[in-house]
Amino acid sequence: MRYVIIGGSAAAVGCIEGIRAIDKDGEITLVSREPYAFYGRPLISYLLEGKTTREKLLAYRPADYEEKNGVRAIRGVSATSIDAAAHLVALDNGETLPYDRLCIATGSSPFTPSMEGLETVPSKTCFTTLDDALALEAMLGGRRDQRVLIVGAGLIGLKCAEGILSLASSIDVVDLAPRILSTVLPEEPAAIVQKQIEKAGVRFHLGESVARCEPNLAHLSGGADIPFDVLVLAVGVRANTALAETAGCLLDRGIVVDNRCQTSVEGIYAAGDCTVSADPDTGKRRMLAIWPNASMQGDTAGRNMAGAHVVFDKGVPMNATGFMGLHLISAGCYDGEPLLTHTADLYKLLYTRDDRLVGFILLGNVDRAGIYTALVRERTPLSSIDFELIRETPQLMAFSATERAKKLGGGTL
Amino acid sequence: MKKVYVNEKWCLGCHLCEYYCAFANSGKSSMIKALKDRHIVPRIRIEERNGISFAVSCRHCNDPLCVKSCISGALSIVDGAVFIDSGKCVGCCSCIMACPYGALSHSENGVIQKCELCQKNEFGVPLCVQGCPNKAIVYEER
Repeated sequence: MRYVIIGGSAAAVGCIEGIRAIDKDGEITLVSREPYAFYGRPLISYLLEGKTTREKLLAYRPADYEEKNGVRAIRGVSATSIDAAAHLVALDNGETLPYDRLCIATGSSPFTPSMEGLETVPSKTCFTTLDDALALEAMLGGRRDQRVLIVGAGLIGLKCAEGILSLASSIDVVDLAPRILSTVLPEEPAAIVQKQIEKAGVRFHLGESVARCEPNLAHLSGGADIPFDVLVLAVGVRANTALAETAGCLLDRGIVVDNRCQTSVEGIYAAGDCTVSADPDTGKRRMLAIWPNASMQGDTAGRNMAGAHVVFDKGVPMNATGFMGLHLISAGCYDGEPLLTHTADLYKLLYTRDDRLVGFILLGNVDRAGIYTALVRERTPLSSIDFELIRETPQLMAFSATERAKKLGGGTL
Repeated sequence: MKKVYVNEKWCLGCHLCEYYCAFANSGKSSMIKALKDRHIVPRIRIEERNGISFAVSCRHCNDPLCVKSCISGALSIVDGAVFIDSGKCVGCCSCIMACPYGALSHSENGVIQKCELCQKNEFGVPLCVQGCPNKAIVYEER
């Protein structure tokens, strides 16, 4: 069996490991646009912050990983088109790869907002790849004299702000939404996180957009002018679907996959940020551009490509991050009855609906949060556990003795 | 492979497993040097309530969600056991978000720690098991 994987991040690694869980011998060829070994994209802010090194960042998998897994990696090369009838992938180095099973794991790319005068800004970058981070580091120049304007107060923009806190002379963040992290948090917890980031000196301009740019000046929609030296664009990402389109895959703002990560075209699978799949709750197609999802979809695609029949239908939106020492974990959706606990070291919101925990937010003390995530993911009926107990603190004591015995005495999850 | 299993019927709630765990991973030569006057941060934790108690540590899942969620590659599977390279960990807590047992925790220096079945320390077999006076924690093949 000849496997070809297009992409070089979480979904691609998941796919390799999924294939090898089933098929130890098939040929795996990986094509990645980036010239680097596998690395954790979300680590780039930690790299600038000095919490990891380039060497460690590029060691997401061990140095002998490709050799051990029998992977031929073609890096620094892009796939340009797929001939689905002939089972061929064309690369921009002139090579053509035949495949029996193909996985498209092309990820997502930041989109550039339409902003008058943006082309006149000399120092600007996005912040999703190692090259972006290195470019930003070079723009900042190590003198701590550069004023940075970040457009976008989502996870990418704010992690960027944290990463360059000690490298920039000032940081301003603009976002059209009235609160920070608008796709991750409701108002109250967003305000708590905002305060934490403001304490570190970051200035926010919310509910505003950049109406017009000059090379070193942004005119905001509200009338204010913000001078800057470096502009970071972090308004959001879009699925990379151009390659899948050449194969005739069904698209819907992303590559449409079923719960086995198969596309509409036989023999072609897709995983990660480039895909859209049905939300188990609403049935509606949505993109779930988060690391664990890419990893698990990749694994699912890989196993199915190798002939297994596995289903991944437990994709839950979730985020684990933190800002200036304040940890944040959230999962699920917030369409339910909110239950708030707010103490000195903990802000906790649980959302329940129809005898289920549908979502939660933890700020501060995030100990054992995965017990809540599992309730969301497994759709555990709250009537089957001691909910009052688990509401206080995530704990296994809240489950029945039988369930505990399964969990601790050797059942698999 | 052999894993650590817990039978709550036999657990006395004595917390000795926690002390043995803290000692095993302290790098110190004696329990006294490792534990005396110290606040311990063990990788195995007792839950107790209304006369019921049991120890919780990493289950070394066949399909570990923590490893799949880890953004830094700090968590890995070696011969069926889940290990953490604390040098690579950036403390993002993705593993804490993912683990259904709540078995990963912050270590004293802020990065994440977890049970590694005492395979990376000098003991080679889980010391919590040896330290349990009532065989509520066992290390066996199932």
